[in-house]
Amino acid sequence: MEKEQNSKGSAAVAFILGLFLVVFALVTLYLFVDSPRLGWWPPPPITSFGHEVDRQFFRTYVIVGAIFVLCQIALGWVVFRFRDRGGRATYSHGNQTMEVLWTLATLVLFVGLGVYAEKAWAEVHFIGASPGALKIEVQGQQFKWYFRYAGPDGKFGRVAPEFVKDAQQNFFGLDPNDPAGKDDLVTPVIAVPVNREVELLIRSKDVTHSFFVRELRLKQDAVPGLEIHIHFTPTQVGTYEVACAELCGQGHHQMRSFLQVMSDADYEKWLKEQAALLQ
Amino acid sequence: MASHESVVAHGHAAPTGWIRKYIFSLDHKVIGIQYFLLALFSVFVGMFLSLLMRIHLVWPNAKLPFIEGGVMTSEQYLALMTMHGTIMVFMVLTTAPQSGFGNYFLPIQIGAADMAFPTINMLSFWTTFLSLVVIIAAFFVPGGAPISGWTAYAPLSALGQIAGPGQGLGQTLWVVGLAIFSGASLMGALNFITTVVDLRTRGMSLMRMPLTVWAWFVTAVLGLLAFGVLLAACLLLVLDRVAGTSFFIPAGLVVSDVVQSKHAGGSPLLWQHLFWFFGHPEVYIAILPGMGVASHVLSNFSRKPVFGYRAMVYALCGIGFLGFCVWGHHMFISGMSPYSALAFSLLTMSIGVPSAIKTFNWLGTLWGGRIQFKSPMLFAVGFVSLFVTGGVSGLFLAQPSLDLMLHDTYYVVAHFHLIMGVAAIFGIFAATYFWFPKMFGRTMNEGLAKLHFWITFPGVYAIFMPMHFLGMLGHPRRYSSNENFAFLQPIHGVHVFITIAAFITIGAQLVFLFNFLWSLKWGKKAEINPWHATTLEWTVPSPPPHDNFEGHLPAIYRGPYEYSVPGMTEDYLPQHLTPEQAKAK
Repeated sequence: MEKEQNSKGSAAVAFILGLFLVVFALVTLYLFVDSPRLGWWPPPPITSFGHEVDRQFFRTYVIVGAIFVLCQIALGWVVFRFRDRGGRATYSHGNQTMEVLWTLATLVLFVGLGVYAEKAWAEVHFIGASPGALKIEVQGQQFKWYFRYAGPDGKFGRVAPEFVKDAQQNFFGLDPNDPAGKDDLVTPVIAVPVNREVELLIRSKDVTHSFFVRELRLKQDAVPGLEIHIHFTPTQVGTYEVACAELCGQGHHQMRSFLQVMSDADYEKWLKEQAALLQ
Repeated sequence: MASHESVVAHGHAAPTGWIRKYIFSLDHKVIGIQYFLLALFSVFVGMFLSLLMRIHLVWPNAKLPFIEGGVMTSEQYLALMTMHGTIMVFMVLTTAPQSGFGNYFLPIQIGAADMAFPTINMLSFWTTFLSLVVIIAAFFVPGGAPISGWTAYAPLSALGQIAGPGQGLGQTLWVVGLAIFSGASLMGALNFITTVVDLRTRGMSLMRMPLTVWAWFVTAVLGLLAFGVLLAACLLLVLDRVAGTSFFIPAGLVVSDVVQSKHAGGSPLLWQHLFWFFGHPEVYIAILPGMGVASHVLSNFSRKPVFGYRAMVYALCGIGFLGFCVWGHHMFISGMSPYSALAFSLLTMSIGVPSAIKTFNWLGTLWGGRIQFKSPMLFAVGFVSLFVTGGVSGLFLAQPSLDLMLHDTYYVVAHFHLIMGVAAIFGIFAATYFWFPKMFGRTMNEGLAKLHFWITFPGVYAIFMPMHFLGMLGHPRRYSSNENFAFLQPIHGVHVFITIAAFITIGAQLVFLFNFLWSLKWGKKAEINPWHATTLEWTVPSPPPHDNFEGHLPAIYRGPYEYSVPGMTEDYLPQHLTPEQAKAK
């Protein structure tokens, strides 16, 4: 009698647990598929690299999504199907063929996916910027971003820590005695011309920060003592938020700037305005 | 091993004084319970901190208890966040599954009277306790607790007070506390390894050990190799902070307009390498014991042998080994060589293989079973579900090109909370409900346990699943306020949802706490073997006597999971029964 009671209770729990797992998998699937409409999706990329990243994201998404949904539903079905119904469990220690099969299958699938992903990584990290790229220095500091342009002479002036004086707007520590630095432009936002390759020289003045623009699909730590180069070619005019993605202190969440992608004419105009402000 | 006599005099007699019995005890069972209680205290502290943070994120102007000034500031938020991570990772996820349950059950499951080094065992617990005191003390010093996160990236963590509030004495205490913790963990790891190698009873060959023992063993090896590195890293960081060295601080830093002229020549990336060389294996230190418990419990409540026992052992070892080869995936965007990212990426993808083997074998264990849904089983099934969910998102993060978008966002928060936080905690819950009768001689209330499960399981998914979407949107983690960025405005509702889910889920943990405390005194008396299980812990009284087997170490005749053996009346065949005794069953 007690056994029967147990089996009945067992059936109810098995049903609810199985149903929960299936519903959970399907709701998750729905939310992911519908997330662009719900606004839970990254904004469209503005570089060809960004599109490549999105394609790889999508491939991973389909494969991983299938694994996730199948595993959860399988788990839900198995706990329901093999609930205690008073019989005897199958006596089995496993199946060698299946072990080999699913080991090889996952190895090929996962490592294959990893190999596929390297294309986008190589595009941005193994191939340097072309010589004609527009060089801009990016500096993170607690809790601001500053950007430096070489100016009309095309040369960055010398900088040194002892010249840094935030109060006098010398955020980079430009050497006042170096003529190459006279025309350097220092700005709190970064403006770039559309369809031209940009090379960023990323540095930090104090602690580690991370330069992050969602639309570029790029994130790069600004590490004290290192100058790290990344490059991209934006293809969409617009204004995009720059965030800090590496914990840098109590103002981490305020470290906001803008990436402005402009037409050539607007960019030239912007440069002149900034130079005029400097005078 | 074969040379051991069947009767072994116990190394130390049962103590009679209260202090030697319950405080400075040498008994692995008492020490296991001490670790468990330390973790239980810590997990409620950690959860409370997270609740305060969740409230602040959605109601920034709320008056909060325990917060100086009432309304939380940005640095207070980051201090809570740092301490939440530190306490949860070290004091809960490292102590409860390994040092707590491992200490209690490993010697019994291999048929030993105690751990190999009882005094070191005691020392290891009290050193851990000291480290908890030192770390918690950071809250109460001038400047408060550190704000650099549980990863304490240099130079933020190395520069001292000038880098921010909490970066003075608070950060020093944090580093010293972690160094002490590392020492304690090294002692524990040595003890576990020696015990498994030397103290197995007659017939307990490696391939007859319960999978829990295998998991604790592999975890101990990881601990031995990883905590040494963390200890070294912490010592270097302390030196940078107090002795003016420059292991992690390069030349020419200007912090708040002050040139840091004392330092030159250090590398911030060195800290990251050392930290993650420890930090990634640490993830497995947290989750492997849970895998062992899941296998153990799934087999028992399915009344079936573990599917692919050997594959499970190899997968544990494989995960342990690969766990040391993948630390660089935490550093794809750190500025390390992009070529090394290739190797780290492919190695990380391949760690999915042993993980998948484990998942398929768990499904295989359930398949054809006669599943009984007792509370330990519910949490074990929950563990498998969470392990899959938290694991597959790793396949995104392991690809450097996708990590460029997802790194340091809420996606990562979702990923590691599900896999190393919640899944590991489900392992702890399964272990608690399963072994409580053995540990305390009483059974926990099954109704309350089920209520606990049915709120917690959907609850943790409600908290962490939406965070994937926040991360895909590019929401950076460790932001004390989301008000500064335009793109973070439309998702306020999601944050509110998460906070409400956190309230409910954390509330359900009070049900667990009540059930635990109530059952200690008023729970139903437990038999020796209430779950009809096969391993040695179920052959001794509940709770077991001082030296476990009362001087007569058992001999072992078969593997650990002989359930539903054909031709028998009973559906379980314990490891210690002789073939003759087995025939009679």
